[in-house]
Amino acid sequence: MTNKIKTQTLDINKIREDFPVLAESMNRHPLVYLDNAATSQKPKSVINRMHDFYSKQYATVHRGVYTLSQNSTWECDLVRNKCREFLNARDTSEIIFVRGTTEAINLAAFGYVRKFLKAGDEIIISEMEHHANIVPWQLLSQEKGFKLKVVPVSDDGELLMDAYQKLLTEKTKLVAITHISNALGTVNPIKQITHLAHQAGAKVFIDGAQGAVHLKVDVQDIGCDFYAFSGHKIYGPTGIGVLYAKRELLEAMDPYQGGGEMIELVTFEKTTFAKPPLKFEAGTPAIVETIGLGPALDYVMTLGFDRIEAYEQSLLKYATEKMSQIEGLTIIGRAKQKDALVSFTLKDIHPHDIGTILDQEGIAIRTGHHCAQPIMRRFGLPATARASFAFYNTKEEIDKLVAGIEKVKEVFA
Amino acid sequence: MSQPSNVPEPQLDHLYQEVILDHNKKPRNYKVIPQPQLHSHGLNTLCGDEYFLFLNTSPEGKVTDIGFQGSGCAISKASASIMTTLVKDKTIEEVKILKDSFLDFMLKDGITASKEKIGRLKMFEGVKEFPVRVKCATLIWRTLEDALNNIHERKE
Repeated sequence: MTNKIKTQTLDINKIREDFPVLAESMNRHPLVYLDNAATSQKPKSVINRMHDFYSKQYATVHRGVYTLSQNSTWECDLVRNKCREFLNARDTSEIIFVRGTTEAINLAAFGYVRKFLKAGDEIIISEMEHHANIVPWQLLSQEKGFKLKVVPVSDDGELLMDAYQKLLTEKTKLVAITHISNALGTVNPIKQITHLAHQAGAKVFIDGAQGAVHLKVDVQDIGCDFYAFSGHKIYGPTGIGVLYAKRELLEAMDPYQGGGEMIELVTFEKTTFAKPPLKFEAGTPAIVETIGLGPALDYVMTLGFDRIEAYEQSLLKYATEKMSQIEGLTIIGRAKQKDALVSFTLKDIHPHDIGTILDQEGIAIRTGHHCAQPIMRRFGLPATARASFAFYNTKEEIDKLVAGIEKVKEVFA
Repeated sequence: MSQPSNVPEPQLDHLYQEVILDHNKKPRNYKVIPQPQLHSHGLNTLCGDEYFLFLNTSPEGKVTDIGFQGSGCAISKASASIMTTLVKDKTIEEVKILKDSFLDFMLKDGITASKEKIGRLKMFEGVKEFPVRVKCATLIWRTLEDALNNIHERKE
């Protein structure tokens, strides 16, 4: 890609044509899809690649001596290398294929934390974590006697960095923090968080389920020990995701699951394990989902994160301005560094009622606790409504959202 | 994209009727009864709606007092409010028949309950046009069922 292309703005109409579902209608209205933080829509390149792979190239990986299987293995290896490039990892052995971010966190919890932490050691998470970045650490802590400490957030939804620094002690062995909050949109200073944790001698796990979708991730620059993301949030298939971990950690860690493909030699007395990444990939993997992840990453890398970020920030700015003008609407989460997502409440109208009425206008938003009950509790709310944007959304769609919210107010006037 | 064929085309004014909106705004019997004879806590874990329900009965088995508190969407709150107005002063036997008739009406296909059986509750027919919202209307009735059976916690 030349620099000239990179500096051009995105052609949103052309992009929208790449995502077939965006041309669908919903409840007699053109679909306005604003639930991208839950899962994103898929471009034709992903859909066609998976269809073609099943039609012409499908076979198992790492086992067959026959050509079809060797090609299948080769294609999956290419995607692994693409993931390495995407995260700027040093080596493909640092890219573990998992089902998604949730499995990546469980893998790190059971493969690393379970082995290397002792009773009394401390794990730091934050108040804004998704349940997936709370529950696995909690389960292990209960079993092994680790202590879970929580970094609080400000009224604007920003991590309180002073409080974080005070929580870091020589007992801290792991800091597990989200890159971007799915409930508030807050972008956390993960490089600084990592630096401080390393000074205290702790390892760092970054939940990149939202982060990798909206920001350029360079794991070497961040310096984190683990970084995870899900394919389905980054315009790829469900059932595939990536755990990045530093090679020396992967060497030292215990396998997460036992089974085929992750072994070197098996007798009834003893098993020796394959080297990373296969050590952590027991069983036949999600082959076609892995293949589908390739064109999804190609799509965002071709658009370029500088352009994606600039455009998505323009959507956020526009949505924030327009929605702030709606009387009775309160935006939850006003961090200075924020991703294109607006979590809100509307007077005393319950988010589910907002969601149902907007749905009748063809507008899909998320309502509820966003699998982040602790942060909802922090703001004294049982639930919020959330509109989350992708680079295929438009200002016209935000206008429709605003008109839809006005309609909600009319129904509940 | 179309709805499943057995579901009528949804219409918002079937869901958010005047009476329902009114009960949502001004819920009746919205109170805690201290040391109630019967009580339960209903929680819809998926959406977070939750209500506490309290009942007192007379020795003859009549509901003498009923109250609820909690939070949730307009449908669940209105359903709770309307339920309390209908249940008060009925015998427990009558309450059970009404509850079963309403739950059948909401949850089973092809049930067109007669007005005699469920009375004003027929207004919730419009909720069936929005299948994901049916559980909002039934939550408080499930909670009532539990209270009558001395079950104090329900999670759906």
